[in-house]
Amino acid sequence: MGKRVSLFVTCLGDQLFPNAGMAVVEVLERLGYAVDFPKDQTCCGQPAFNSGYRDEARTVARHFLKTFESSEYIVVPSGSCTSMIGHHFADLFRKEPETLARVETLGRRVFEFATFLTEVANVEDVGARFDGIVTFHDGCHGLRELHIREAPRRLLARVRGLELREMLPAEECCGFGGTFSVKFAELSGAMARTKLEAILQTGANTVVSLDSSCLMQIQGALSRAGSSVRTMHLAEVLASR
Amino acid sequence: MSAGFDKKIHQTLADANLQLAIYTATGRLKDKRSESFAAAAMPDYQELRTQANALKKHAIENLDHYLEEFERNVESHGGKVVYCKDGTEVSDFVLGLAKERGARLIVKSKSMTTEEVDLNERLEHHGLESVETDLGEYILQLAQERPYHIVAPALHKTRFDVAGIFEKQLHVAYETEPEKLSQIARGVLRQKFLDAGIGITGANFLVADSGAVVIVENEGNARLTSTAPKIHIAIAGIEKIIPRAQDLAVFLKLLARSATGQALSVYTSFLSGPRRTDEIDGPDEFYVVLLDNGRTRLLPDRAKRQSLYCIRCAACLNTCPVYRKIGGHSFPWVYSGPIGAIITPQFMGVSHEPGLPFASSLCGACAEVCPVKIDIPQVLLDLRSEVKKSETREKKNRLEKFGYRVFAWMMTHPRAYAWAGWMARHAPVVKVGPVRAWTSQRDLPPMPRQSFRDIWSRR
Amino acid sequence: MMSREHILHRVRTAIGRSAGQAPGAAPPVRIRVPAGDSSARVGAMLARVEALAGKTYHADTPEDACAFVAAAIAGKSALASNAPFLAECGIAQLPGVRTGIIDREELRECCATSNIGITSADYALADTGTLVMLSSPREARLISLLPPAHIAVVPRERILSGLDELFTVLPNPAGQTSSMVLITGPSRTADIEQILVRGVHGPGEITVVVVG
Repeated sequence: MGKRVSLFVTCLGDQLFPNAGMAVVEVLERLGYAVDFPKDQTCCGQPAFNSGYRDEARTVARHFLKTFESSEYIVVPSGSCTSMIGHHFADLFRKEPETLARVETLGRRVFEFATFLTEVANVEDVGARFDGIVTFHDGCHGLRELHIREAPRRLLARVRGLELREMLPAEECCGFGGTFSVKFAELSGAMARTKLEAILQTGANTVVSLDSSCLMQIQGALSRAGSSVRTMHLAEVLASR
Repeated sequence: MSAGFDKKIHQTLADANLQLAIYTATGRLKDKRSESFAAAAMPDYQELRTQANALKKHAIENLDHYLEEFERNVESHGGKVVYCKDGTEVSDFVLGLAKERGARLIVKSKSMTTEEVDLNERLEHHGLESVETDLGEYILQLAQERPYHIVAPALHKTRFDVAGIFEKQLHVAYETEPEKLSQIARGVLRQKFLDAGIGITGANFLVADSGAVVIVENEGNARLTSTAPKIHIAIAGIEKIIPRAQDLAVFLKLLARSATGQALSVYTSFLSGPRRTDEIDGPDEFYVVLLDNGRTRLLPDRAKRQSLYCIRCAACLNTCPVYRKIGGHSFPWVYSGPIGAIITPQFMGVSHEPGLPFASSLCGACAEVCPVKIDIPQVLLDLRSEVKKSETREKKNRLEKFGYRVFAWMMTHPRAYAWAGWMARHAPVVKVGPVRAWTSQRDLPPMPRQSFRDIWSRR
Repeated sequence: MMSREHILHRVRTAIGRSAGQAPGAAPPVRIRVPAGDSSARVGAMLARVEALAGKTYHADTPEDACAFVAAAIAGKSALASNAPFLAECGIAQLPGVRTGIIDREELRECCATSNIGITSADYALADTGTLVMLSSPREARLISLLPPAHIAVVPRERILSGLDELFTVLPNPAGQTSSMVLITGPSRTADIEQILVRGVHGPGEITVVVVG
C-alpha cells in the first residue's frame, strides 16, 4: 500500500501562489507521501459556475474528472475548490446519471489539505516551527460547506513558537467571493476593510488561511492600508522549520 | 447590474453615519440571536430547525389541502376568507368593505405583505386614512419611506431624524429622547385605535386546523389593531400556512430568538374569528385575505420553492456581511437581505435586477442562521444561472458569455492555459476592466516569475 | 369566487396535486413536557418575569395577594376583569376597583381611563415568564392592553412548564376562544436607534402575582 496522493494545486495556486503549492508538497513528502502532479490539470470551473455559466463549468468539470479520475487521493490547498468538486460538480451532472456516478466517486477522494492531514494522514504535529503571532481566517466554503473549523487550529497548535490569536468577530467573510470581488468592487473592499479591523485588533503579524483566494483579498487590503501584517497559506506555516 | 443598483450601493457605502447605524444595529441583533441559541440556552436548536423545515415543506407540498382546511375552520368560527390574486384585488376588497360599513379611518400593524402591494398608497388614493401603528413603520409613513429592514424598519433613522420628522409632520416641539418620541407616537395613535373602523394586520402564521391567524409583536399595536376596531382584516401570503396549532411549539421557539434573541416576543396573538357570542370585546367581523401576488408562479420550481418557507425573522439580514454594508434601501423591492435577493427575482423576473443574485460572496452565513433551513446560496446559484440563460437568449452581455467560452476552452487545453498564465504574470499590468476594479480597492498580489508547474517541472 | 378557484387551481398545478386529494402524513411534532415540581415552576416563572423588567409577588394566600394588590393600586384607578379568581381573592371587591363590566363600549371607556388593568390568567408558562390569556366573559381583551399598567393574579396550579405543555393541555385553542394571547413582559420597542423603550402601546408595567 503505497502512500500516494495527487495534488490539485488550483489555477490560482498554480499561477499566482506557487509557494503554497510547494509547501503542500513539502509537508506531504515529509510525512512519507509520494506526490504526483497530473500535468493536464487546470481549474475546477468554479469561476464559471459561480457566474451562472453552467455549460462552461460543465466542460471544465469534465476535464477535471478525466484528469483526476484515476487518483486515489486528491489533495487541494483550497476550501472553495474542494467544495466545488465535492459538492457542486453533482449540481452540474444531475441529468447525466453515469457522469454523476463518476463525479460522486471522485468527490469521496478529494480532500482539502488540512482535512487530509488530520483525517487521512492522522497527524497533527508535522514538525513545524514558526515564530510568529498568527490569526486564522476561516474561509467561508471551508467553514460552512466542508465544516472545517478544528482541523487547521489543531495543526497550528502544534507548531513550535507559534502563538494563535482568534479574531473577533470570527467567521466573517473577507469579501472575495470570486468575481464578486470585481463586479461589486467597492462593496468587496468595504468587507475587506472590516476584516482588517478584526485582524489588526488581534495584534497578529501573520494571517493564515486554507484558501489563497481569501489571502489574496486580505493581503491586497493590508498592503493598501500600509500594514506590515503578512498573509501565509496554512501549508507554508506547516512547511516552516 | 443596473446603474440604479450600483448607485444605491455606492451611496450607502459612502455614508459613514449610515454605515455605522446599519452595522451596529444588525450586530446587536445578530449577537442577541447567537446568545439565545447557545447550546446551554437551547440544546435542541438544530433539531427544531430540522422540524421547522420539514413542517414548512409538508405544508407547501400540500398547500391546497391546508388552504381549504384553513378556510373551512375560519368560516366555522364566523369569519370569512377572501382569496386575492394581487394588490388590486386586495384594495378592491378593503375599499368595498370600508364603503359598505362607512369606515374612513383604518389602523394597520406591521405587514410586509401589505408593503408588497402598496396597500396604504392604494387606500389613500381612494380617500381613506390608513395609519401605520408600529412605531418604526409610523415614522416611515410620516417620512414617506419604505422599510429598511424586515423587523426593524427604521434602523437607518437617528433620533434626530425622527425628531425632525415628528416636528414637521405632527407639528410638535423638536424632541430627541427616544422615550419621549415614543410617548408622542403613543398619544397620537391611541386615539386612532379607538376611532378606527377597520384594523388591518398581517399574520406570521395561518393555522389550518384552527382557522386562526398568529401575530407576533412587541409593542401591542397589533393587539390593539385586531381588538379595538369592529372589523379585523388579516392579510397574509398563502405560504404562511402551517398545519396544526401544536406546530407553533416549534415555530414560536425559533421565531423571536432568530429575530431579536427574545425567548418569545412580548405578544403572540392566536386569533380565530370575530368575538364569540359571550365574549366581551373583540371585533364583530373577521376576514383573512389570502394573497397570491406571484407565489403560485414560484411554487412549481421544486428546487427554489423552499424560498416560500420563510417566516420573516430577518436573521439572514442581520448576519449577512453584504446587507450589513449596503442596507435595505439598496435592494430593488420591499424585501431586502438574502431572502429579498432570492424572492425578488422569482416574483419580478430575473431581468428586474439582473445584478441582484450576484451581489453576494456566497459566504453561506444566511443559510446557517435560517430557522427553516432555506439553502439561500443554492437558490442564488440557480438564479445566477437563470440570469445568464436569459441574457444569452436575449443576446445581452455577449462579451462576457464569449469570455467564459474562452475560459472553458482554455481550461480544457492545458498548454493554452499555461501560456495564458505566463502572459498574465509577465505582461505589464493594464488597469482596465477587472484589474481596474480590483486595484480600486486593494493592491494586486506580486506576480511570481514561475508558476507552480514551472517549479515542479524543474524538480 | 373566481380568484379562489383560480388560485387553488394554480396551487394544485404547481405542486402536482388534484382537488380533494388526501395530504401526505404531516411530520410529527416532538412535544416534550419536562417533569418538574410545582415550586420550581413558580420560581422559574417569577425569575423570568423579573428578568423582563416585570414586577412579581409570591403570595401565600389569596388574602395575602389581595393586600399586595391593594397596596399596588393605592391612589390609582383600577379596572378588574370578571375572573372568578379575582373575586375569590377579594381583589374585585377592593374599594376603587371597578369590575363586572360586560358591555363592550363601557369596557372600552373604562379601560381608556383606568391607570391599572387587573386580570387573572388562564395559564402561565414558566420557562418564558408568559401569561396565557383566553378571551371570555370572564376575561376581556382590552383590560390587559389599554391601561398603562397590568397586574395579573394567577393561582400556582395554572403554571405550566412551557409551550409544549400548553399545546398538550390546549391543543385546540380555537375551540374555546376567538383570542388567545401570550403575554411575555411589558410592551416594548427598540425602533429608534435600537434603544429599548417600554410601554409603547401595551402596558409598560406588568406585575405578576402567583398565589399559593
